[in-house]
This record gives sequence, C-alpha cells and structure tokens, in this order.
Amino acid sequence: MSLPEPTQRPLTQHIDPSREAYNLVEYEAHGGYESVRKMLTELSPSAGLDLLKASDLRGRGGAGFPTGMKWSFVPMQSEAERLAKPMQKYIVANADEMEPGTFKDRVIMEGCPHLLVEGMITGAAILQATTGYIFIRGEYIEATEKLNNAIAECREKGWLGKNILGSGWDFDLHVHTSAGRYICGEETALLNSLEGKRATPRAKPPFPQVSGLWGKPTIVNNVETLANIPNIINYGAEWFKSLSLTEDAGTKLYGVSGRVKNAGCWELPMGTSARELLEVHAGGMSDGYQLKTFLPGGGSTPLLLPEHLDTPMDYTHIGKLGSRMGTGTMIMIDDQVDFLGALKNLEHFFAQESCGFCTPCRDGLPWVEKTLDKIIRGDGTSADIEWLDRATVNLNMGLTFCAHAPGAMGPLESALKYFRAEFETRINLHNSESV
Amino acid sequence: MAKLTVDDQDYDVADGNNLLHACLSIGLDLPYFCWHPCMGSVGACRQCAVTQYADENDERGRVVMACMTPASDGARISIDDKKAKDFRAGVIELLMTNHPHDCPVCEEGGECHLQDMTEMSGHTTRIYNDKKRTHNNQYLGPFINHEMNRCISCYRCVRYYKDYAGGHDLDVMGAHHHVYFGRHTDGVLESPFAGNLVEVCPTGVFTDKTFSEHYSRKWDLQTSPSVCQHCAVGCNVTPGERYGTLKRITNRYNADVNGYFLCDRGRFGYGFVNSDARITQPLVRETINHADHTNSDTAIQCSIEVSLAHLTKALKDPETIAIGSPRASLESNFALQSAVGESRFYRGIAPSEDLLINALTNFQQTSSVNSASQRTIESCDAVLILGEDLTHTSPRTALSLRQTVRQKARELADAARIPFWQDAAVRELAQQEKSPLFIINTHHSDLDDIAEGTYFTSPTQIARLGFAIAEQLSGNRGDVTNSLDAEAKTLCANIVSALSQAKRPLIIAGTSLLNQDIVNSAMAVIQSLHTRRDEVIHAHFVVPEVNSLGLAILTHSEADRSLSNALEQIESGTAKRLVVLENDLYQRVNPERLDALLEKLDEIIVIDHVWHQGLAKADLILPAASFAESDGTVVSSEGRAQRFFATFPVNVDNSSANASWQWINLALGNRWKNFDAIVNACAESIELLAPLADLAPTADYRRHGLKVPRMSHRYSGRTALLADKNVSEPKQPTDPQTALGFTMEGTDLGAPSALRNTAWAPGWNSNQSIHKFQDEVGGALSGGSSGHCLFGSSMPANTEFAVPPAHSNHERFKAIPLYHIFGSDELSKFAAPIAERSPQAYLALNPLDAEQLSLSAGDGATLTFEGLKQTFTLAVEIKPELLRGLVGLPMGLGELTSHLMAHTLTLEKNLTWKRIPNGRDHNVIATDQRSSLSEGLAP
Repeated sequence: MSLPEPTQRPLTQHIDPSREAYNLVEYEAHGGYESVRKMLTELSPSAGLDLLKASDLRGRGGAGFPTGMKWSFVPMQSEAERLAKPMQKYIVANADEMEPGTFKDRVIMEGCPHLLVEGMITGAAILQATTGYIFIRGEYIEATEKLNNAIAECREKGWLGKNILGSGWDFDLHVHTSAGRYICGEETALLNSLEGKRATPRAKPPFPQVSGLWGKPTIVNNVETLANIPNIINYGAEWFKSLSLTEDAGTKLYGVSGRVKNAGCWELPMGTSARELLEVHAGGMSDGYQLKTFLPGGGSTPLLLPEHLDTPMDYTHIGKLGSRMGTGTMIMIDDQVDFLGALKNLEHFFAQESCGFCTPCRDGLPWVEKTLDKIIRGDGTSADIEWLDRATVNLNMGLTFCAHAPGAMGPLESALKYFRAEFETRINLHNSESV
Repeated sequence: MAKLTVDDQDYDVADGNNLLHACLSIGLDLPYFCWHPCMGSVGACRQCAVTQYADENDERGRVVMACMTPASDGARISIDDKKAKDFRAGVIELLMTNHPHDCPVCEEGGECHLQDMTEMSGHTTRIYNDKKRTHNNQYLGPFINHEMNRCISCYRCVRYYKDYAGGHDLDVMGAHHHVYFGRHTDGVLESPFAGNLVEVCPTGVFTDKTFSEHYSRKWDLQTSPSVCQHCAVGCNVTPGERYGTLKRITNRYNADVNGYFLCDRGRFGYGFVNSDARITQPLVRETINHADHTNSDTAIQCSIEVSLAHLTKALKDPETIAIGSPRASLESNFALQSAVGESRFYRGIAPSEDLLINALTNFQQTSSVNSASQRTIESCDAVLILGEDLTHTSPRTALSLRQTVRQKARELADAARIPFWQDAAVRELAQQEKSPLFIINTHHSDLDDIAEGTYFTSPTQIARLGFAIAEQLSGNRGDVTNSLDAEAKTLCANIVSALSQAKRPLIIAGTSLLNQDIVNSAMAVIQSLHTRRDEVIHAHFVVPEVNSLGLAILTHSEADRSLSNALEQIESGTAKRLVVLENDLYQRVNPERLDALLEKLDEIIVIDHVWHQGLAKADLILPAASFAESDGTVVSSEGRAQRFFATFPVNVDNSSANASWQWINLALGNRWKNFDAIVNACAESIELLAPLADLAPTADYRRHGLKVPRMSHRYSGRTALLADKNVSEPKQPTDPQTALGFTMEGTDLGAPSALRNTAWAPGWNSNQSIHKFQDEVGGALSGGSSGHCLFGSSMPANTEFAVPPAHSNHERFKAIPLYHIFGSDELSKFAAPIAERSPQAYLALNPLDAEQLSLSAGDGATLTFEGLKQTFTLAVEIKPELLRGLVGLPMGLGELTSHLMAHTLTLEKNLTWKRIPNGRDHNVIATDQRSSLSEGLAP
C-alpha cells in the first residue's frame, strides 16, 4: 500500500458525515496504519521522536506544550534491554472532552476512530509503550462504540497484540469510559481516576513521564494531538509545519458556538483568524445580535473583545492578548445575553467541578459564585467587587494545586477588566434603591 | 547542610527537606495544616505559602508552597513578603467561610491548631456573609466525637487513617466544597489507632469522647510526664487531671518510642483511675490473725496506724513471703524485696510466662542482639514475626511496622529522585511494593495485608519453622528443614533470602503463645543471623506487661524466685504470711489451687489500687496510688527504663492511698528518706539498673529557682477549686518527692524531656507546638529522648537450643491463647469505653473440628479442663486458618486466663446455651439517616 498524496486536512480528510466512518479495510485502503508500518519497519523510536520534535506539534488539549519535548522525558531502553524485559510504560489518550463549548475530539472519534487508534499505536511505538488507554467522556457513547469496534478490528488484523508486524513489540489498547468529572481532563487527575482512585490531580514533579499510571512512565495527550502523529510520521515535519499560517505548526480543529448562523467545527490551518472563523465559516452572528465578547478556546480561557477578532488563532498570538487559545473552540457571547448571568453560570460550573482538594479552589469558587449571584440579585456592594478582584489574585496559577481554579479565574478576571462598569452598575442600582 | 536565606537571614538547614520543614526546624513560625512530620507533604491546604526568589537579584519572587518546595542549597525565601502574607491570610479567610466559629463550645478550643494558625495568619475580620455548608455528624463509636461542620478539609484524617495506619473505614466522600470525611455510614471506627485522629485533626472534627464526659480546657488540666501502663511498649503519655479526676490521656512525644501516636487502649483505657473499684482506705477483716477465714467476708475500714502496724509485723516475720508485680513500679517492687529480703520475694508472673521473660531478659544482654526502639523498627527493611499478633500484644509496634514496610518505597523514591516527603508521589510510585514482612503465627492478624508471606500453624510448628530458618541461615540444610512441607520450605527459603539480603533485618517474637520453643527459635535465628552477617541483629521481643522486664531484672531472672516457688512455699507450710503487691494472683495461676493455698496462710496483705478477685481473701488491704498519683520507673519491652511522675496528689477525696513503696517505707520506719533515695538504692542494688538514678533530675532540681510546674501558667480557678466544699482556701499540695510541683509557678522551658509534660509555645497552643522543642522537626526532643535502654552488654552468646519434636498426635485438643487489644489487658477493662469495645468471651475452632462436633459459629460449646472443676461455656467462632486441634481462647475475656493452657481439655456442644445479648453486638447506632449534606444554616 503506498501513501496517498498529502492533504491540507490531515485530521478530517476521511471524515464525511454523510456516510459511516471507515472500517479497517476502507481505512487501510486510504493509507491507514502506514505510519505504524513505517515506525516498526523503517524508523527507530528515537528517529520517530526526532520527527515529532522537529514537527513543532503542540498539545491540542489547551496548554499547547510541545509534544516532542514532553515525550522526550520518558525513560527509554535500548533495543537489547527492551527485548530482555520491556519496561512497563503507558500511553493514554485524553478523550474526556469536558471543556465548555468544546466538541472537536468527538468529531475525530466519531468520524474516523481509526485515526486515533493509529495515532496511539504509532505513538506507543515511538515510546515503546506496553499498554494504551483511551480515557473517554462517559456521554460519548457513539464514539466509545466506534473506538471499541476499531480496536477489535485492529486486534483481529494484528495491529494490536503480540509481536506487531513481527517487530517483537507487544501493545494493546483499551477504552475506559469516564464516570464524569471535569477535573478528569487534567492529566494527573485522569490517571488517578483510571487507577480507580478519586479524581484528584497529582503534584508535579514527578511528572507522569517518570511516574504516571500506577507509578510507571506515562504519556497523556489529547485526542487531536495523537491524531496528528500518523501524518507527521508519514509526511514529515516540514510538511506539517507548512500547513500552518503562523509559527505554530499544523492544522487545528476550530469550533464556533453561540448565537451564530452556522455553529460548527472545521479543520483549518493553524493561525486562521477568529474573524475568518466567525464570519466565513460560522456565517457571522445571527441576525439582530452583535458580538459582545468571546471565549477563544473554551470556558476556562479569558474573554476577548470584537477588536481582537483579527488575531490569528494560535497559541502564541492569543497568548499575547492575555488569553489562551485553549481548545480553539470559541464561544461567542452576544449583546443580548445576560452577561453577568453567563459569567455566573460558568463559575457555577467550575465551583461544582472542583475536586475539593486544595483550599483556594474548593472554598474560593463557591464564594465567587455566591458573590456574582449577589451582584446579579442587586445585593452587591463595592466590597464584593473587591473580593472578586482578590479572588483573581488568590486563586491563580501557582497558588492553587492545579490549573482548575486559575482556569475559572480567566473569564472572571477578563470580565472585570473589560466589563467592570457592568458590575458597578448593578451595585449602584442597589445602592440607589436602598437610599 | 544547605544554606537557606529567610527574610535576609542566613541559616544552615539539613539537606533534602522541604522549606516548611526547614523553617519550622530553625524555629520560624509558618502556618500549615495538611503537612505532618510523619506524613509528609501533599500541598492540599496551601497555607504555608512563602515567596521564593530566583537569585540574589530577583526582587519580585514568586509565591510557592513551602511544604512542596525543596530547601535546596542557596534558596532565598521570604515569609514576611506581602504577596505571601496576603495569600496566607486569604487561605485562612477561605477556610473560615464554612467553619462554624463555635470555639466557646468546642472541645478543641484552647488547643486548636486552626485557632493558632488563624491568629498567626492575621485573618481577623470576616466579610463572607453567605450560608455555610453544613454536614450531619456520625456516630463513630465510644472513643471519638465527630463534628464535621468544623472541618477545614485538610485531608490529614484520611491520610493518617488510611495511608499511615492502614485503616479501611474512614474516607473522603463527595467533591468540591461538600467533601465529607467520615465512614460510609455511622458505626464504630475499626482501627485500634483511630484515637490519634483526635490529635491529627487540626481542629475539632474528631475529639476525645471520653474527655467530653468530664471536660476541662487544656490549660485547666494538671499534667505530668508519664508512661502508658497497658502494655510493655512503654509509650510516653501525658495524663491530664482536674478536680481529682483523671480526664484524659494524650500523646507525649518521644522520638524513640511512640513518636506522635498512641494506640486506643493506651489513650482511652485510663478509666480505672477514676473507677468505683478504686480502693481508697485501708481495710481489714474482723477475723484478722485468725486461721479460720470462713466468716471473713466483711472488710472494714481501719486506721492507717493499725494497718501499718500489721504491715510492719508481717514484713518482719521470717515466715512471710512477698509477691511482686509486673504492673507495679521498680521502686515498689524493690521496696518490698528489700523489706522481706531477696530470698523471700517472688515474681508475681504466671509460671508459663515467667520462664520466657527470664530467657528473653538474659538473651537481650548478649552481644548478638539489639533490642530495637520503635524508631529503629521503622528503619528496618525485612521483618520476621514468629508467633505474635502484634496489634493485640504490642499495638504501637503494629503501627510502626506499617512504616517499616515502606522502606522499599523509600528506596524506589531515592532511585527516582523523588524526596520521601512528597508523600502522594512516593505512594503513587511505590504502589504495592513493600519491604518483606513475614508472619508465622497461629491465626490471621491485622498486619497480614502488608505481609509478603504468612503461614499459620501450631505453636510447636512455628518454633520448628524458626529453627529451620536458623539452620538455613547457618548454611545447613538439615533435619528440621527436610521435615517441612513444600509450602513451608518455600516460605523459609524466601525468609532466609530476605533476612540475608536486607540492610537491616528485624526479628520479632515474644511470650504471647507461652511457648518456650518459639522464643528459643527466635533467639536461634538471631544468633545465626548474627554469625552470618557479623553484626548486631535488631529484635523486638513482646512481653506482656508494663514492667515485666523490670521485675525480671530486679530478681536477676532467677528461676527459684518464680511464682510457682512462692506457691510451693505456701503449700509446704514454710510460708505463713503473704504480702502481695499490686497483683491479682487469680489472673496468674489455677484459681482452684490458689483458693486452697490461700486458706493455709495466717495472714494475707494486699497493696493495690483496684478491687479484684485477689482481694477476696485478703486480711488487710492497703490502698495504693495508681500510676497517675505516684512516681516510679518501669522497664519497657525495649529494655528502656522510663520514669513516670504523679499527675495529681493522692489525697483528693480523703483517700489515704499511697504509692505502694511508700506504704512499705512507712512500715519500715522510713528506711528511705524520699523517692530519690529509693531510686538510688534500687539503682545501686543491681548493675543493670544503675542508669535509674539518672533518668530524671532529682527533687532538688530547679529552673530559675522554681520547680517544674504541672499546671499551665493559665490554669484557672485554682483558689476556688474546692470552694463548693470549703470556702477557706486549702494549702496547695507540695511534692517533696520529685522536681515537679503541683503548681502553676515556674517553667519547664529548658528542662530535660523527662520532666516535660505538655508542649506549649507562644502562638502554638495545640500539640503541634512540639516542633518548638525538637532540634529537627520530627526528630528527638532537644536534649535527647527520655528513658534509658538498660540492655546493650557485650556478653557473647552462643546457646544451643533444643529443637522441639514435630507434632505427635497427643491429645485431641490443645488450647492456645488469643489476645484482644480491648479486653485482654487487666486495667484498661475498667474503662467503660474499652469494655464496650471488648468482645464477649468465645472459643475459636478450625471449621473441620467444629463440623465434627456439630458446631457452627455462634453455637455454645462447653470446655472441660482436666484437673479443674470449673467448666466454661462459650460461643464458638470459626477461624479457617487455625490448625485442626487448636482451640483459641481469648485471654482476659470472661474468666479465661493463661493457666488454662496447661490443662488437657475436652470440648462438647452445649445445646441449652444461648448467647446473652448485650447490645454491643450491634455496634452501629444510626443517629441520622438523612442525607449527610445540606446547605442550610444561616451564618
């Protein structure tokens, strides 16, 4: 089987909502699993890793950490050592996709489950991992079924199991459906959950690459990240970088939701502007609604304004605006939404989803929520705004145990920055009434 | 050493620790909750924030959690920096949003770490005015109260209970700000170490229920340095008293013994001191001096003068013999021995235990063995237990062993360069990997879950396995090994390999199964290991009582000073009078024989503090002071001589009780001037006891011209304490015997640890303040741990021990003793909460034996012992692992005592027997079945 010509849409090239997702035979006929063959017959693990590093692939889960660098911290064995006694290592796909407004991984898993499976086998071959898990959101019933079918097909065909392609390397893959906590999207909480423990994040260091699942070296990556690996192995780092409009390599699954004409998810070159996403692909705001502000990449990313629409959507450029690209799935907030109500709704979500381990998050977020409630009710005072300001300091990065509370502070801090007047109006309303 | 700069001051700190540990060790104040010196860091509470600077030029710095940050060489931090300070105040403010502020009615108040940390963090004004989350509380058994609304979710309780102590029935449930720390439903907390939650919890969620019964604030308690009396480990405790009532026991830190933790028997078993069964006045029988005891069942109060005259006469009578006690102090035993002479003083120890204790006392003076402290036990990395169910016979050791098996985790963490204090990370890394622990015993124990190998067999076979191990360690694969079955052979090979390869092997055995062969086999293992490794081998030998070893040492472990010999003296008529010291002989020997022997005596004098069967035939009873009202020395199973001091004077409530040695001293016309004099006399009497004189400062010791106070400087109402009885203020009692005073004047600052009763430092009112008195957090108290290990001689040992023959089918059934932490100890049973936790008497059988006798669990069976009139009808319990032919009898429950083990027994089903319901069979009392969570109460 020779490789088809490279495409501009490596992630979604095989996805067609009008038909069933490819089965193994169809997928193989379109070049599927060639990257596994290449890894096991042509490339050494270190060559595979070098390719990954050179590709500048960054984690698509939201943090944008360079994947190759992340993987390079996994301890490796020499070929002889591995054949004597392979080190237990794990590769885990984070398919928990719980970020508000985010539905991109689902598109891959439902549209082309074999792409994720191939990405995990190829990735595992690079890492010389022994077992893989797909930790999937419990509500993704269709995706779970499709992945399980894909895995069964691969086991049958020998892409999974003992001595894959006669290489002497054994690897198997399992799907684990999550019981449903937002925090399971945090990679170490995910690992705890996978072990059957409370979904509480772990302190880092040690990083999962050294001591992860059951204390063994583990790589956790987002579905979209892993789905990029087959094409990088097949077509090379330069090709991958050439897909992008900006410094950050590859394509990106972008999404738009909110009161827009055509909400959806599209694979586009990395660095496509928010305006193009909104106006070209989502068809602009619905009639009668003006864009007031937007969350660029999920509920935990700080708000941006219409004036930021021309910024290329990538890690670097959005980062410079004080926000984060996150998952690249934008939530558009229009002028007729009860803005403080929407904000409170978000904070309610984060307060409920706190794992309860560290003080600022556990006890701070409910207070933030109650304060917003109070302000919305018209019972707020300036002391409440002061407290919200203080919360954005005390619940921030480095002070809390994990990134959950800082994520919750993103929208709040930016709301206080851009829309402070709205908070103050509600308070003044109360003050004038009570006089 | 690493250089650490804190707020521009340079300090040298130990390598490898975290910033919080380092800051506390150099005496700085930094608030914290979730970190504990024994449990390491997890970074949950975020309270210990400091600002860390990248280098000399960094002026901004960033806030880090001190507990999660290594104190690396050259680190520069600030505690006072505004960013860190504001954040710490913010964390307390958040913790306080749900805390009920019920300090005035909270039993933690005044010794609450949360109060202290709130003060320290500077959070003074509350702005949160929304609803607080509220929880329902649970019934957790007779020991511990549960008040979840006070919880600040530091996770210490579950980390202690599950991770440290191996418990299973306390956990965190729910999520976000509804996290709930408790059991899945109301019920008794199962762990015998649950009581430590009271001290581990930084606020008033878990409090001492027995203390609630008669509560006083910490600062209103009179306390003294003391030693737990309920087993031989010798944990250091602080009893607290007010109004003449012993109100509670708390942990007294000793790095080498109990560290931060006690067992529940020790913590909650103090009730005997306040018991109605206390003897407060001398009592004499009307028929005194008459040989006919038949009408002598009324004892009447008698004056001190008359009773002393009797005692004096008896002590001088050459036909008097005396029996000492392993639960009395060395001083009291020594006083009695001096009074009657060594040849007429006998150990009051059950004959079956006596031989073993003597053998162990002698063996531990040889050069092959080191009697391990609890701290040493925790540092060992391979353990063999022969015939001991430690949770019930040496409880604190069982808790230590849970840390011992983590040496493997330490090794793995070192290799992965994860500091051991990174608790969650190390546990994650190590998973189920443990250092090897092997248990060879008659039945399952609570430690089986951490054991690499367990094997259950008969006492004789336990010994034979021990000898097989010894044989193999010596390089011979001889007869004993060859006689083993395949499973035992494999086990022995694994044990031999583990003990040989370990860095620090540890052997544990003891007297519990009353089996000389087991003790011999353990000594043989140690000797072989000693020869093989050419080093001193660590060992822990369990002995039954608080001063078992002290009594053995005092009597030179001489065989002819045993209780059996005393009984022979009575039987032969050589002895006419008997003085018994703090001892219920009915617990020690065949009661039927004892009844007959006591009838032969002209006079029986007993000095004791609680009523027991042994007093039934006494002609004169002298009221003794308990450990809480007297001073003395006891020798622990480690061989550590430790001094305990009276917590309160004995003369409250008109009691004329005296320390036992004082009665004897009075009868001898004040042979010893004071306590120091008798301590010195005792120390001079035997070379091994010489260190006794230096265990604690003498009575003339002064700090700043004053005695060390037993009361806190905040002790309130001293002059009005007895105002309900008498308005004139009584003279404050004096303590001429020791360096401590019944007073609030003076200071214990700088006093040796033997005199320190509680820990308090400005701003640190809870037990957490102990770090102010340690050179290094979690290390020994400044000036060294109290107590002195008497063993450590260089006497070489190479005894040949006889291997017992393998099983022959002798009698059908053989009784073996079983033990219960709650129930097997004589004194703690007087405490109602302990009695509540103690099971009903039963007999344990192998299922096949039970089937043969048509017995199933819960049936009644009658035991008949050859040569005994008394029969016992007991409920049957099935223990599948118990070898066929063995009948397990729980010691101390019902009237089951060790002498029964010597008799041949028969067993049959009792069809008429019915279990007496006692309400304790259902130890779950549901108090509230509503959902455990609700948003509700107004702030």
